[in-house]
Amino acid sequence: MEGIAIVDYGAGNLTSVQRALKRLNIRSEITKDPSSIIKADRIIFPGVGAAGRAMQTLRISGIDDALRMAFKKGIPILGICLGIQIIMERSDEDGVECLGIIPGEVKRFPEDLRDKDGERLKVPHMGWNRVSLKRSHPLFEGISPDHEFYFVHSYYPCPREKEHIIGETEYGIIFCSVVAKDNFAALQFHPEKSGRPGLKILENFSCWDGQSYA
Amino acid sequence: MLSKRIIPCLDVRDGRLTKGIKFKNNIDIGDPVEVAEKYYEEGADELVFYDITASYEKRDIMIDTVRRVAQRIFIPFSVGGGIRTVDDMRRVLLAGAEKVSVNSAAVRDPEIVSQGAEKFGSQCIVLGMDVKKVGKKEGIPSGYEIVIDGGRTYTGIDALEWARKATELGAGEICLNSIDADGTQQGYEIELTRLISTNVEVPVIASGGAGRPEHLLEVLTEGKADAALIASMVHYGMYTIYELKRFLSENGIKVRAKW
Repeated sequence: MEGIAIVDYGAGNLTSVQRALKRLNIRSEITKDPSSIIKADRIIFPGVGAAGRAMQTLRISGIDDALRMAFKKGIPILGICLGIQIIMERSDEDGVECLGIIPGEVKRFPEDLRDKDGERLKVPHMGWNRVSLKRSHPLFEGISPDHEFYFVHSYYPCPREKEHIIGETEYGIIFCSVVAKDNFAALQFHPEKSGRPGLKILENFSCWDGQSYA
Repeated sequence: MLSKRIIPCLDVRDGRLTKGIKFKNNIDIGDPVEVAEKYYEEGADELVFYDITASYEKRDIMIDTVRRVAQRIFIPFSVGGGIRTVDDMRRVLLAGAEKVSVNSAAVRDPEIVSQGAEKFGSQCIVLGMDVKKVGKKEGIPSGYEIVIDGGRTYTGIDALEWARKATELGAGEICLNSIDADGTQQGYEIELTRLISTNVEVPVIASGGAGRPEHLLEVLTEGKADAALIASMVHYGMYTIYELKRFLSENGIKVRAKW
């Protein structure tokens, strides 16, 4: 298919991603068909919800293999929220084996999380926060360090290889919020809900050739 | 570090804003979509819409409003008012809202909270609480009672107990409105806000009483609120969201300052 395939595997409301793309005049289609996923120009892999159920749906539908094949073919892929987590090898959430596209695992924010002044922090981490870039990446072209993004999550990815950590965010601890490996990039926050800087990232993705570093 | 959120609240009836909203440049608009877009541009971190449409038949107008808002603004927004079933929730979420808020319906049927959380995730389900200070007494150990039906019906339910129960059922956030402070512009109910916010695991949005920037500062520090709901102070053009954020930032509150 032409344009961006938004992968539907029953994990949350995908219309907001599609609306944001429409605003940018970018063609997209929501699909659950593995064969159209591997034929897409680009793929967005969004999702909210629990890792266990998501992985089960991905396996039953065959979308798990389609994503791995698309990754090998070099198709640019953007994971969002749950989509940054289930590309790791395994998740603490439901103790589930994940797609294993990026080496590392997914952890939950620790109990009794506190900020610098000793104030208790709530989990989920919900609201606006910054991303500090560890490496430049084409997706963050035109984004300033002061820009903030909308997060809602209780788990976060821990890539084993430092080179896959593109951005980090502070919430009691410093956690990895942007991951990339070759033609795969993924965000813990929701670009479709992050105002203009979020739309800019989606726009950058729509012209990204899948080469990792600028 | 997470920013404290500033959230304008818009009351909508039959697809129009209920109060004429006057901005500094003196335009008077009744279209919720235009006002939403203006606040989005000004740096609102989120928006809340309350549908106060009286007749059930006209509810589709609100869905259409939600759909149009979602095409124009790309920050989270919630919709409350008249949400009674999981199907009502689904319609609002599919139209583009990030969250739905339930208030009286959740008191009458707490299952709607757990069913909504199970279907759409806790992050979608906001518990709206209207609370009145009644003093500590039997059945109301915190001294704060839940009132429903827009302030008309006392329930005999303790506010803190209800907050705990609803979050256990799966509410992912609480929008806490003090009936005593609401409309006074004399400041939020700090004691109530701190009581709820420090005793639940989910974020608390303080509501009711905002009139000056100092009130926001107070509720976000002493009140331990995660977010502050504002209405008249921006609707009537006394302040812009940008000015409020600059004031908070100068006073050491982390807010989203660039967008």
